[in-house]
Amino acid sequence: MSDWAYVAMAWGITAVVLVAYAIWIIVRGRTLSRRVPPEDRRWM
Amino acid sequence: MTTQRSDATTTTAPPPAGGAATPDASGPIGTGSRGTRILGLATLAGIALAAYLALVSSPDDENMGDVVRIIYIHVPIVVVAYVGCMITTLGSVMYLWKKSRWWDVTAAASAEIAMVTTALTLVVGMCWARPTWGVWWVWDARLTSTAMLLLLLLGYLAVRRIPAESGARSKRASIVGVLLLPNVIIVNRSVTWWRSLHQDTTILNTLQPKIHGDMAFALYLAIPVALMMFAWLLVHRWRLAWLEEEVLDHDLDQAITDRRAEAGFDARSTTVDIGEATS
Repeated sequence: MSDWAYVAMAWGITAVVLVAYAIWIIVRGRTLSRRVPPEDRRWM
Repeated sequence: MTTQRSDATTTTAPPPAGGAATPDASGPIGTGSRGTRILGLATLAGIALAAYLALVSSPDDENMGDVVRIIYIHVPIVVVAYVGCMITTLGSVMYLWKKSRWWDVTAAASAEIAMVTTALTLVVGMCWARPTWGVWWVWDARLTSTAMLLLLLLGYLAVRRIPAESGARSKRASIVGVLLLPNVIIVNRSVTWWRSLHQDTTILNTLQPKIHGDMAFALYLAIPVALMMFAWLLVHRWRLAWLEEEVLDHDLDQAITDRRAEAGFDARSTTVDIGEATS
């Protein structure tokens, strides 16, 4: 493989993992907040 | 500001109609807010600029060639992992000291982000090692200590998932969390304490950086951008961890109410003092 293939692999894996993790947090947060009364959704 | 969980008194309020909490449009839906949206947009702009500088603008290295462009993402991710571990240790110490739910949730949220970024550190490092060293992995001091840090983070998150009373679970996890900072120090200093194939410290812990010009600018910009991304993730993950605890509490309250109803005990608007009940 060329140098650029390794560069693309490193940047690509990082982007995919971080984007997937951020989406999981947002989606799960929206799902769970509907199960909690509004006054308890934030710590203050 | 901290929020204390009270275990002394169990209050059973009238259950909402239908048994479950009803969503209210007036309350926040999800983990986002105006502040996180502004931070998120600023982070996205920073990532775009950092990626341009790292992949297009900066020159290749005379020894490593274009592989050096992996450094611009490897080092910022390592920094995020270090900061995540430090915050987890701080939160763990503060929880053991103050018994504060706020610090416990902070430690848990930070540990998960640190776990993700430590795993990415290893994977991205392997992408750099293969063209540079000719192998994906060696049992080098830096690589091995980083793998041990990842195992410790996984252990911390596993301890948090062991079924137990909330206080006991948090206390056990905090004891593991305290060990993270010493491990970070071992990882960071491993290249100087032991003979290592991994290159020496490039920017951290030195007043004489070994990177200059456009390459240094690209790297020094990528680090604060990565920390902005960490801050965004931490706020969202913190709010999610808070919601997870609240859902657990509400589910437990609902289960207690249901069991009392089954036993023919009218639990509505009744306050039970556990101290009185057990004396």
